[in-house]
Amino acid sequence: MSLKILNILLADDDEDDRWLFQKALSDLKIKTNLSLFKNGKELMEHLIRTETTPHLIFLDLNMPLKNGMECLTEIRSSCNLKAIPVAIYSTSSSEKDIENTFVNGANIYINKPSNFADLKNAIDKVLQLNWQYHTSNLNKDNFLFRI
Amino acid sequence: MKIYVTFNLNITRNAILKEQLDRLGFDYTIENTQEISFKNKLTTEQESVLAESLSIYGITIIDNQKTELVQRIKDTINEMLADDEANLYKISSYLADKLNYSYAYLSNIFSESTYTSIENFVILKKVDQAKELIANTDLTLTEIAYRLNYSSVAHLSGQFKKTTGLTPSTFQKIIKKRKEFNI
Repeated sequence: MSLKILNILLADDDEDDRWLFQKALSDLKIKTNLSLFKNGKELMEHLIRTETTPHLIFLDLNMPLKNGMECLTEIRSSCNLKAIPVAIYSTSSSEKDIENTFVNGANIYINKPSNFADLKNAIDKVLQLNWQYHTSNLNKDNFLFRI
Repeated sequence: MKIYVTFNLNITRNAILKEQLDRLGFDYTIENTQEISFKNKLTTEQESVLAESLSIYGITIIDNQKTELVQRIKDTINEMLADDEANLYKISSYLADKLNYSYAYLSNIFSESTYTSIENFVILKKVDQAKELIANTDLTLTEIAYRLNYSSVAHLSGQFKKTTGLTPSTFQKIIKKRKEFNI
């Protein structure tokens, strides 16, 4: 198989959540390269510095220094970054929050699952969808999913 | 005012390829719509630069026979979805007939390199078409269901919700707001 490795970024201030995410990701069939960030500020500094464009960014909403919504808005208003798919990864299940993130350009909204098996399934589904949008003729303007 | 445009895809394709290949200074011949020969073997570095420059035009370098077959499966699915008569066939027999391989073989190759099944891909593709029509036309959901060969509007709504996690009306509301905010 000639599949490339997906570069994935995750910004989440909760250490346990970062660890679980990493663990879940490493159990999946899709090959990935994960970079972790403790808050939105670290993530945005990395995005401005780096020369490799990530294939997908996972963003927690509530983070210190710079929250997920602020990151999303910055990403979508930057010429270099605006095409990167963004998945919101949050405990909030408020309809208003969810709609707001979509309106501001999020592609996927994931309610943080409460157990490890569901977490793995959710991440797997996101990666599969993202893969289809990278490799098939699907309209990226309508890349909207709630998981 | 408005202007209307039409494309001759062959000319477009060749012009893009020529422009990019010349820019990168290769010695090449465009053999046909899917094949380009190079006088000298490309280095991995050159190949990735070329892949990068072509990718902004939605052109992908197909690097082996399996990937090519997967692409042909996707193309055939697109053809089938666009053709009202073809829609009457079962996807499995349609693909097997058109591509001359057993469906089991096609299905294996497909899942192996796309991380999803042919069936799931077809659903994703149909939902993508529904999204397109919801976002960019004034058609009602009933009309969209009819146009995309769903047996009923309930079937379309159900599949839409199951695949995207959103109802068609929530999706429509979000797209409308996005357009207002110009994102």
